[in-house]
Amino acid sequence: MDEDTRREIILDHYNNPIHKKVPNNKEEYEFVNTNNSSCIDNLDIYIKIKDNIIKDIYFDGEACAISTSSCSIMIHNLIGKTIKEAKEYINNFQNMLDELPYNEEVLNEALAYNNIYKQNNRKHCAYLPYEGILKILNNYQS
Amino acid sequence: MNQSDFPMLKKDIIYFDNAATTLKPKQVLDKMNDYYENYSANAHRGDYDISFKTDQEYELAREKVRKFINAREVEEIIFTSGTTESLNMVANGFFKKYLEENDEILITMSEHASNVLPWFHLQNTNGCLVKFIPLDANHYVTLENVKKAVTPRTKLIALAGITNVLGDERPIKEITEFAHAHNIFVVMDGAQSVPHKKTDVCDLDVDFLAFSGHKMCGPTGIGVLYGKKQLLEELDPINMGGGMNESFDDPQNLYFKDLPHRLEAGTPNIAGAIGLGQAIDYLQSIGMDKINEYEKSLRKYAIDKLIKIPYLDILNIEADGAIISFNVNDIFSQDVAYYLNKYNICVRAGNHCAKILKNEVGIKNSLRISFYFYNTKSEIDDFIELIKNKEKMKVEMI
Repeated sequence: MDEDTRREIILDHYNNPIHKKVPNNKEEYEFVNTNNSSCIDNLDIYIKIKDNIIKDIYFDGEACAISTSSCSIMIHNLIGKTIKEAKEYINNFQNMLDELPYNEEVLNEALAYNNIYKQNNRKHCAYLPYEGILKILNNYQS
Repeated sequence: MNQSDFPMLKKDIIYFDNAATTLKPKQVLDKMNDYYENYSANAHRGDYDISFKTDQEYELAREKVRKFINAREVEEIIFTSGTTESLNMVANGFFKKYLEENDEILITMSEHASNVLPWFHLQNTNGCLVKFIPLDANHYVTLENVKKAVTPRTKLIALAGITNVLGDERPIKEITEFAHAHNIFVVMDGAQSVPHKKTDVCDLDVDFLAFSGHKMCGPTGIGVLYGKKQLLEELDPINMGGGMNESFDDPQNLYFKDLPHRLEAGTPNIAGAIGLGQAIDYLQSIGMDKINEYEKSLRKYAIDKLIKIPYLDILNIEADGAIISFNVNDIFSQDVAYYLNKYNICVRAGNHCAKILKNEVGIKNSLRISFYFYNTKSEIDDFIELIKNKEKMKVEMI
């Protein structure tokens, strides 16, 4: 992926993030707040899981371009996945950030962060939404 | 001025985060190294030559602090780890026993966390009440508003001399005069003011003053608590241990040393104190008035350029301190900071530890640039060139 494409994807999701609002029936959703202690990113994530499948995710809050776009892309990629598939996807994403072997195919637009490791202070921004959603997925009892 | 004294400035950076911490001149680093390399021993011993020298240098640093803030006696200078520890010592060692239930402490919404949380904690532990002095339209403290906020139960006013986000200077002397006429104590958080302008505790007449070494060219981990001697005599030590006791046999018979050592338990930050002493020498060799005047000219230079940029929202067009806080419309402050970082310009994004300020100004996060005497107009020009180009910023912020 070239630099222009990366930038285009990130800015597109930053300027027009998907599902960036508190969901209408928020009582049907599990909620987690995720924030970055070393900076000011602060996201609320709402997730609806049924029969082990992620049915819906919303988010809200204030965060930088990297965190916001990463959350939007994550939501796009995770809706419809089973918990197991979601964890595999997240694992792949984390491996990419940590410069470990990973499966490019499943990540699609999230590949825009494949060279974020070069900016150490932004790596956590990209991972922040995943950190939040993992807290819910790890605690989920089917 | 004096840029060549600062090794960090040889690294091709523009450092505009001086309200967070300042860079250190070679003179301070050399002085600390000299201690570690040539007379590294513990203080308050003196049984051998280098230990005697250590003790002398440590106490000489205290005397330098005393002179710097014009305290009456050297016993009024307590070395701490910084402003935070100093304020916590005052809150827990003095006001905890002095304040009674429903006694009132006055602070403002624009204080740093270090001048909020110790008082909030005190409210939670002994039932006193933290109240807020209303700020005026510019978010400044006026003597009139202090008068309005004071009640017969007010026992303490705790204020920053200069605030760390808006950079406004408070009329501390006038407030103290009014406070003392009503039997109210005044605690001054000098973290953002002492490094930038002449501070005279006799003239201000504050009861306690706290400040940090690292914000005034000194090392991290050293700071000062000044208190009027008769009040420090009443301040209970929070830390018990070596260096602060005279003798002890059993829990009923504890005898502590006199001031200032009673409040400095444990091996002190010797290198830090000596380094702070050298930092004071360094600042005074330039002159505090000259530093203050120069910073004001830098601020004016920057503000005159910033106000011409239409998409900036400046929180403090007027301010005494060398701090400018602003936002770029439609761009998250942190993204602007990352963009500037690509050009080696260090600025701070966030709430700057003033987490209740958002309720006052209605803005949660901002960018903050803060100057010191080693900053230059040419650095400001470089910064302005980058800020002036919003399209470039949008492309390069990620």
